[in-house]
Amino acid sequence: MSSLTRDDVAHLAMLARIDLDDAELDRMVGELDVILGAVAKVQQAPIDGVAPMSHPLPLTNVTRPDVLRAGLTPAEALSGAPEVHEQRFSVPRILTED
Amino acid sequence: MTTTSTSTDEVMDYDEAIARFDPVMGLEVHVELNTATKMFCGCATAFGAPPNSQVCPVCLGLPGALPVVNATAVESAIRIGLALHCEIAPWCRFARKNYFYPDMPKNFQTSQYDEPISFDGWLDVEVEDGAGGTEIFRVEIERAHMEEDTGKSLHIGGATGRIQGADYSLVDYNRAGIPLIEIVTKPIAGAGERAPEVARAYVSALRDLMRALDVSDVKMEQGSMRCDANVSLRVRAGDGPTSAAQLDVPLGTRTETKNVNSLRSVERAVRYEIARHAAVLAGGGSILQETRHWHEDTGVTTSGREKSDAEDYRYFPEPDLVPVAPSRERVEALRQTLPEPPAERRRRLQTDWGYSDLEMRDVVNAGALELIEQTVALGASAQAARKWWLGEPSRRANGAAQDLVAYAAQLGFAPADVAALEGMVVAGRLNDSMARQVLDGVLDGEGHPVQVADARGLELVQDDAALEAAVEQVIAANPDVADKIRGGKAQAAGALIGQVMKATKGQADAGKARELILAKLQ
Amino acid sequence: MNSDLTRATATELAEALANKTVSSVEVTQAHLHRIAAVDEQVHAYLHVDAEGALAAARSVDDRRAAGEQLPTLAGVPIAVKDVLATRGMPTTCGSRTLQGWVPPYDATVVARLRAEGLPLLGKTNMDEFAMGSSTEHSAYGPTRNPWDLERIPGGSGGGSSAAVASFQAPLAIGTDTGGSIRQPAAVTGSVGTKPTYGGVSRYGLVALASSLDQAGPCARTVLDTALLHAVMAGHDPMDSTSIDAPVPPVVEAARAGQVRGMKVGVVRELGGAGYQPGVRARFDEAVQLLVQAGAEVLEVSCPSFDYALAAYYLILPSEASSNLAKFDAMRYGLRVAPGGVDDPSAEQVMAASREAGFGPEVKRRIILGTYALSSGYYDAYYGSAQKVRTLIAQDFERAFEQVDVLVSPTAPTTAFRFGDKLDDPMAMYLNDIATIPANLAGVPGMSLPSGLADEDGLPAGIQILAPAMRDERLYSVGAALERALVDRWGGLLLDRVPQLDGTAVKGA
Repeated sequence: MSSLTRDDVAHLAMLARIDLDDAELDRMVGELDVILGAVAKVQQAPIDGVAPMSHPLPLTNVTRPDVLRAGLTPAEALSGAPEVHEQRFSVPRILTED
Repeated sequence: MTTTSTSTDEVMDYDEAIARFDPVMGLEVHVELNTATKMFCGCATAFGAPPNSQVCPVCLGLPGALPVVNATAVESAIRIGLALHCEIAPWCRFARKNYFYPDMPKNFQTSQYDEPISFDGWLDVEVEDGAGGTEIFRVEIERAHMEEDTGKSLHIGGATGRIQGADYSLVDYNRAGIPLIEIVTKPIAGAGERAPEVARAYVSALRDLMRALDVSDVKMEQGSMRCDANVSLRVRAGDGPTSAAQLDVPLGTRTETKNVNSLRSVERAVRYEIARHAAVLAGGGSILQETRHWHEDTGVTTSGREKSDAEDYRYFPEPDLVPVAPSRERVEALRQTLPEPPAERRRRLQTDWGYSDLEMRDVVNAGALELIEQTVALGASAQAARKWWLGEPSRRANGAAQDLVAYAAQLGFAPADVAALEGMVVAGRLNDSMARQVLDGVLDGEGHPVQVADARGLELVQDDAALEAAVEQVIAANPDVADKIRGGKAQAAGALIGQVMKATKGQADAGKARELILAKLQ
Repeated sequence: MNSDLTRATATELAEALANKTVSSVEVTQAHLHRIAAVDEQVHAYLHVDAEGALAAARSVDDRRAAGEQLPTLAGVPIAVKDVLATRGMPTTCGSRTLQGWVPPYDATVVARLRAEGLPLLGKTNMDEFAMGSSTEHSAYGPTRNPWDLERIPGGSGGGSSAAVASFQAPLAIGTDTGGSIRQPAAVTGSVGTKPTYGGVSRYGLVALASSLDQAGPCARTVLDTALLHAVMAGHDPMDSTSIDAPVPPVVEAARAGQVRGMKVGVVRELGGAGYQPGVRARFDEAVQLLVQAGAEVLEVSCPSFDYALAAYYLILPSEASSNLAKFDAMRYGLRVAPGGVDDPSAEQVMAASREAGFGPEVKRRIILGTYALSSGYYDAYYGSAQKVRTLIAQDFERAFEQVDVLVSPTAPTTAFRFGDKLDDPMAMYLNDIATIPANLAGVPGMSLPSGLADEDGLPAGIQILAPAMRDERLYSVGAALERALVDRWGGLLLDRVPQLDGTAVKGA
């Protein structure tokens, strides 16, 4: 059972795009340690050779026909946007190309 | 960070690079499917619609919205897999690829991870064998999986309209959620100096295949087919790129060049990266594993983002979707719908059309196969169709750095136009040089062939009386030449024909003029 | 029927509406008055839509006057948990990040309520993004338990349970990811069902954990709960995980309330140490009542349930960390510029906005889920949790080979005081210990009141669990038990809840 360092939590916060302040980071290191200690119990369960279950239903092949369905108007689509220009979502400058 | 597209990177002479290093490539091609609706919602997929007009809660990633898989997209994915000689998974799932990016509405891409719908296939591509013929190079396919496209950003402000230096960006989500098939090759080794050519031929062959399957528009210039090229170099070993000793050398560090959006660029970008890697390695440096961006205008790549720990996509099975489990019966039924493989089709057409290997290769390289096929179907002879398409239209497409098909489509220049042009030649209305003038006019946007011929007053003189009068006039004016012909020197007729053509302002049928002259003087 | 329309059950209201002895406008208005009178104390609602509710009520009244045959619950007003998208009405999920967000579409459940003519009174309070068991994690302040305003109403759906328990709505919609319908029902003396996973559409339900979330009915009686269940449930082509099969006959089962000959299993692992004595005493009595009603009771063991909490607190944060990534300030929601940065990038604005827009519990779970999914840890955490999930499903399968339903206390304790567990996440998580297994396996569960605990006089709940797609069994057993308890109590448990009306209680 590995425990998380402050740097680990800072890295996770970066991955999750949450700008945690120092106090939050400190508090979370302790809290996560307790929680991880508790949830690590799953590793003690008799799970050898057990198939993982990602979903409660044994459904397969749920699809829809390739048929157009009315969507939103541009005004509806943009209705919640913090900022709009030229019928587009205006976002701050993007640092790196995807 | 590099801020302009004029790279200061050192590059090694290509031949020297190949002499010292062995290139290995990996190609990732994204193909947008031509389904009517998106991968997970019923929004339209039309190109060029007003921004944010083809969106709904699902593809906008609004809170609460849920995806439902497009049945036709799955069918296309299976057909693509089969055409690439892949195995089709009896059971597979979608997975979430988690990373933040403003053009990705949910900040995860619904994709496939360790359970792709098809895997382990191959595609044979044709490359020149250096002796005027072609040779087959087999590219092995790792996987072809389903995923969704992202939105599109416009970068505003800054000098170049590029991402660097922009003040802000404007996002249009019309493209978000369009079905994509990502086709990933296994490492392509053994191509040696022909690596760039193989890369191009592979993408070209994929494009042909997608067209034949009718699953995508495969318009590279519109982004419905996009290529990312991974390149690495390793030191040379053994006695050639396919030698066992060479193939045993571990792979070098790779770079992934994105935004390679034409066949020509694929070849150029791979070639550039080989030369750049070689310079770095030869200088004692090491290659940084990173994303590179290809700049069509300057012909170089620039550094993008470094691949690092920061890139942890935290894949997990998409809980909002259920597994895709195509039955064997369904897969076999779809196998029956596969078209003739493009390479086989080419061989059949070459035989039908009676082209030499060289002629066929030129046609394929020019991307004129479908155009010629359609032109022949409209009544033109195969030789004439080839002559016209590989003439002025190809020259102009090359000049514009465009694919012939794209160039013609953009111009509205269709196989029917070529058939009409050739029809006028066969009917005797135009001679060859007049037909070329008409073609120029059509390509200049003056109208359809008949309109251009009418407007330019181009028409062979069909009036025998007028031609005869011109012939008699020329004979009378050139008694010396006439005597020579009477004396048996038929080749002297050429001088008279020239004058007849001059007198008729080029609209006479030269063959007919010759017949008349000889008939009168022999 | 009670002369106070807000005291009537939904069943009574539906009959009176059908008989035209009362109009939907009167019923709706009565509830709006009640909200105006007591919600300042309870804070069950985040948004009240008086105008929209009355317009819907008028429309139902007009249609009925015109002789139209209307669905059973037409005209009966309802409250909706603020986690379901409502066109034209704010949907905040109890989060600052969605303050003022008005969806341009309706959740399928909401669309069905509108189609069946239920006036929507408003949106109810909840723990932020449904993470919590007390509503203390709502960005808009907690909801108070009508039994004791110093105590929690349960969570995450404390707003919905408190609304029905304080007569501010006869019916409410809840959602249940690990107990968020059942635990609030237990601590407020009301009834709530988590249907079989896939029984009710999730389209428009802002996802917490996609493979666990399920919307369901909240009410004051088992039959009312069944009537609402029948309206909500059914196949939805917009939700890939929706079950394409007829809705189980829940209303018929609730009306019959028959347990004679049924086998009821008491889960050994749910109810021992850690359960408050008064909660256990009421549970044991309830089990005896089932025996008296003709059920056969036996003890059943589900050994893997001991690992359920651990598996749940890996699976939920993992899915949540991905589901909540969309709240990035680019397309909707709170956008905040980072302090001290000139010309911030999109990336910086995202991180600053998520920092400002999410509360501590949400951040905690996102970070935990990010960790559980990250490369190198996936197999140890998320992967192992999914295997435990299989074991739990197998435990249920084996149990349901022996019995028709399983029972346990719904929650280990009665309502606790505000702040008691706020700083101890693990203590808070333990509230869900008995409800979580059903979500992991996808089986349906119901909570109904079992009585008041002796030590604190607060409501306790009994949980009934049934096999997937056999939701009607919950109602057979629930209705039979409710009948026996009501006979014993001489009325519903909620008849004994403090009145809250009058200025005397105000500000208590």
